[in-house]
Amino acid sequence: MAHEHKLAIFRGALKFKSNTQKIWGVLIFLTLVTGVEVALGIIKPRVLTHTYILGMKALNWIFIILTLVKAYYIAWDFMHLRDERSAFRRAIVWTPIFLVLYLVFILLFEADYIYNVYKEGFIKWNF
Amino acid sequence: MDTTVTTGEEENVWGGGNRPLGASYGKMMMWFFIVSDSLTFSGFLAAYGFSRFKFMETWPIADEVFTHVPFFHGNYPMIYVAFMTFILIMSSVTMVLAVDAGHKMKQNAVIWYMFLTIIGGAIFVGSQAWEWATFIKGDYGAVETQGGRILQFENIETGERVALADFAKTIPDVRSEHDEDVGIWYEAEPTRPNYSLNEVMEGFQANPSLVIRTESIIQEGEKEGEKTVLTREQSLEKIKEGRLVVEGANLIRNEYGSRLFADFFFFITGFHGFHVFSGVMINLIIFFNVVLGTYEKRGHYEMVEKVGLYWHFVDLVWVFVFTFFYLV
Repeated sequence: MAHEHKLAIFRGALKFKSNTQKIWGVLIFLTLVTGVEVALGIIKPRVLTHTYILGMKALNWIFIILTLVKAYYIAWDFMHLRDERSAFRRAIVWTPIFLVLYLVFILLFEADYIYNVYKEGFIKWNF
Repeated sequence: MDTTVTTGEEENVWGGGNRPLGASYGKMMMWFFIVSDSLTFSGFLAAYGFSRFKFMETWPIADEVFTHVPFFHGNYPMIYVAFMTFILIMSSVTMVLAVDAGHKMKQNAVIWYMFLTIIGGAIFVGSQAWEWATFIKGDYGAVETQGGRILQFENIETGERVALADFAKTIPDVRSEHDEDVGIWYEAEPTRPNYSLNEVMEGFQANPSLVIRTESIIQEGEKEGEKTVLTREQSLEKIKEGRLVVEGANLIRNEYGSRLFADFFFFITGFHGFHVFSGVMINLIIFFNVVLGTYEKRGHYEMVEKVGLYWHFVDLVWVFVFTFFYLV
C-alpha cells in the first residue's frame, strides 16, 4: 500500500497540505468541468456547432477532451494511480488506450463507409 | 518445494513473495479486472459509435429525448443526468475519503464514509430506474412507416411537439385485445397502443396546424442539426405511409427514432447500472466487515481500497457514458 501521497496536481501548480484536502480540491475541479459540459450542452453555442475539426463538430471535440480530463483526475487521484509505481501505472493505462484507439478507428471508419453506401448506393431505406 | 532456496527470500526475484510493482496481489488483480472490464465497456461504446456513424443523418437528438426531471413539469434537457453524474462523483469522493481514513486506521470514519458511499450509489441506481421508466413510457408517441422510420408530430404555429393524445380522434372500434384464453395457442398479443392508427390518421387530417417531423437531420443551412419538418401538404402525403402507432420504447421499436438508439440505451446504461448495483452490494459486504472490526484485527484496510477501486471505475465509466449518450 502506498502510504505516502503525492499532493500536487496540475503538474505541481497546485499543492495541497493533506490528502483529504486534495480529494476535495479534485472534487471541485471535476464539478466545474461537469458544469462547463452541461452548460455547453444546453446552450450549444453556434460557433462551436458549425465549426468542424477533422470531420467532427468543435463542440463534440470539447466534450471528448473534457471527458478525458475528468477520467485522468478520477484515475490519478481517486484511484491513486499517481502514487503507484510508474511501470504498474503504464501497464494499466496504455494497454486499454492502445486497444481502444485501434478498435474505435476501425469501427468508425467502417461505419462511415456504410453510411456512404446507404447514402449513394441503390438501397431504398427511407420509405 | 524442497528445492526452493529459502534464504534471502526478499531478494529472490522468482521465489515469490516480492512485489516488483509495489502493489499487493489482490490490488493488482483488481486493477487487471478493471482493465478488462473497461475494454468490455469500450467495446459497447465503440459499437454505439459505429451505429451512430452509420445512421449519422437520422440518429435521435439526445436533448429531445431526455428532458424530464422528477417532480417538475416542462422541458429540462440534461439537468437530471447532470445531477446523477454529480451524485456518482460525490459518492466517489466519500469512497476515497473512506480509503484515506482506512490508511489512518480510523474505524469510525471508515464506517461513516462507506455508509455515505452506499447511500450515493443507491440514489444513483434509483435515478437510473426512474430514467428507464420515463424512457419506456415515452411522452409524445409517434407513427412508424413501412420501412421502420419514425414520424413525429409538431404544431406548425408554435413549433412544439404534439402528443398523440392531443389530436387523436376517438373512433368506436370493435377490435379488442387478443388474450391467451381465446386463441388456439396460448399466446397473447403485446400491449396495444392507446390509439389505433386510424384514430391518429383521422385526427391528423382534421387538424390543419399539425405537421410531421421526420428522422432526417438537416445537414446544412440555417437549421443545420435540427430534425426536418415537412410542410402541411407533404405531411398529408407522408402520413399515408404510416403503418403502426408507437408509444414509448422497447427493444424492437421506440418513438424517438432509430431502433438501435433504444437498444443501445437499454444495453449500455443497463450494463452500467448492473455494475453500480453490484458495486453497492460489494460495498455493503465490506461495510459490515468494517463494522465488525475485521480489518481492525487484520491490521490494515486494503479491502476498502480494493472495493474503492471498483467503485471509482464505475464512476469513470459513467463519465464516458454521460458524454457519448447525452452530450455528443
